[in-house]
Amino acid sequence: MSPGEYTRDEIPRLEARASRRFGYLLALLLFGSIMSILAASLFGRLEIPALGVGKSILTGLGLMADPDLDPTWKVVVFNIRLSRICLSLLVGMALAVAGTVFQGILRNPLADPFTIGVSTGAAFGASLALFFGLGSREFFGFGFIPLASLGGAMAALFAVISLGRINGQLRRATMILAGIVVATFLSALISLIKSLDEESVASIVFWVMGSFQGRGWNHFAFALPYMAAGLFTIWVYSRELDMLSMGDTQAKQMGVHTERVRLRLMIGASLLTAGAVSVSGVIGFIGLVMPHLIRMTVGAEHRRLLVLSGLLGGIALLWSDVLARILLPGGEELPVGVVTALMGGPFFCFLLKRRGGGMGL
Amino acid sequence: MIEIKSLFCGYGKREVLKDLNLHLRRGEFTGILGPNGSGKSTLLFAIAGVLPYRSGSIRIKGEEIAGTTFRFRARQMASVPQKSELSFPFKCLSVVLMGRYPFLSRFGGYSRQDMRRALDAMEQTETIHLAHRMITEVSGGETQRVIIARALAQETEIILLDEATSSLDVAKKIQIFDLLRSKSDRGTTLLCAMHDLNLAALYCRRLVFLKDGRIVLNGLTEETFNDENLSRIYETDIKVSQHPITGSPQAHFVPGPHRQPESSVYGPVGRGQVLGPGRTDC
Repeated sequence: MSPGEYTRDEIPRLEARASRRFGYLLALLLFGSIMSILAASLFGRLEIPALGVGKSILTGLGLMADPDLDPTWKVVVFNIRLSRICLSLLVGMALAVAGTVFQGILRNPLADPFTIGVSTGAAFGASLALFFGLGSREFFGFGFIPLASLGGAMAALFAVISLGRINGQLRRATMILAGIVVATFLSALISLIKSLDEESVASIVFWVMGSFQGRGWNHFAFALPYMAAGLFTIWVYSRELDMLSMGDTQAKQMGVHTERVRLRLMIGASLLTAGAVSVSGVIGFIGLVMPHLIRMTVGAEHRRLLVLSGLLGGIALLWSDVLARILLPGGEELPVGVVTALMGGPFFCFLLKRRGGGMGL
Repeated sequence: MIEIKSLFCGYGKREVLKDLNLHLRRGEFTGILGPNGSGKSTLLFAIAGVLPYRSGSIRIKGEEIAGTTFRFRARQMASVPQKSELSFPFKCLSVVLMGRYPFLSRFGGYSRQDMRRALDAMEQTETIHLAHRMITEVSGGETQRVIIARALAQETEIILLDEATSSLDVAKKIQIFDLLRSKSDRGTTLLCAMHDLNLAALYCRRLVFLKDGRIVLNGLTEETFNDENLSRIYETDIKVSQHPITGSPQAHFVPGPHRQPESSVYGPVGRGQVLGPGRTDC
């Protein structure tokens, strides 16, 4: 038989070992997520003992009724801290999954919601709404700003797609360039709006830098349906994501309707991005770094990659937000986008140095 | 099996294939030969349904290609490209399993059967030892054999190969072509675009020569593979002799100083001109 390290008989064992490894990582990250949610609830300006935090969470969930519990504790822990923690977990997950999808579709490990222009589109939509004084308007019970950012994200996606389409064929290199052009152009427009309208600068900065300040359960509830729709779409086409990474021609030869599948995947990833940006502003690096880390650990098979990088992205953003809350001594908050960029930038450089060749850059 | 009638096909404004007619029967092992840019790859892309054609018709088992789905086509034919652009670290086994995609249901996973077929294909191409290695970490020749295994795992009646073995060493080339021949003996229809004339003459029963997007010669290997035809089509002096063991014709190329002065008469083949005993139609 052929020379080599193992024979056919050993493959089921190797497959089982790989599945076990995935199972361990999944369990670890799920456990890590839950522990992170609980642990992060302890951090805050108001000193609340761990027991009080636990009781507050249980009361908030309606699992416990303790008449002696300080009602402010319950409000602080459940309504303020926990909602913000869950939101950052959700947004981190969405960004990491969207990043995985964009990287897979464009076969470029540098692609993420930010480089493809979708994040900036969402921020532009929000800025525009603020500029026209629509900040406080409501639309079918929703705040107008998130809807505006959703519209901006979708408009940016379609601008990038139509720019990247040549002779009816989507060119991935052109698309990445188109994404950079659209992102740069929209950033300039955001700056223009900022300088035209001094009053809304503070709230526009929030969209550009990304922050969870003052976010609560209503924001969580707002983003959830977009996230669910996006995640579902991506899950349905996760196998095709593997095929698309072999290149368009080969994917077609293996029976994938590449144009249709890619468009649906991109819409799914943009829904995730738009949902994320609409409640948190533009947060970089989560979508870029998490897929890399997981790909290096478990390989590029997208079903596993999506699940694990989503969970890791959630945990990473959750703790970034905790840092953003507590890092400055005076009680001031940092925009969380600053924290992710400060940590993600050097970390990404480290990845580049360590595995530059293996990432296909 | 494959029936092509007055096919016109190209990229953008550039017309590559012009009025092409070809008929391939089940189980035939056919080589597509011809100089660079003659349209070999374009023909394979058109048959695989990857490149839409302008006019004419391509039928696979009587079905017009343009009207079929990607899934249908992938169940009829597998393609092996010249090389693959690999960006991400997939396990080689995962790559081979991708060949089973056209047979999967949307929410179903790979069955035991799929796994067995993938492993069979890896055994046949002697890549089983790479199953759990990353495709980005094996050599170019190994990658190519994994891609060939993927096409075999697709278990189609037709396999289209585009310079599939150019990156392999001699022993591996022979091994893959032995394997392809045994597939062909069991009824698989093979169409291989090739640059290696001698490999083509050793294995292909029929040769189709393309030049400037037209078929200039089409016939059985022993009838078409001779000094005159090859020299005209490739525009260089080529001498043919017999293989000492198999008796199949083998080409020898003549370096400059040894070339006959008359060899300059081998000008470009005229448009639509038919050479040799082969026929261009079906």
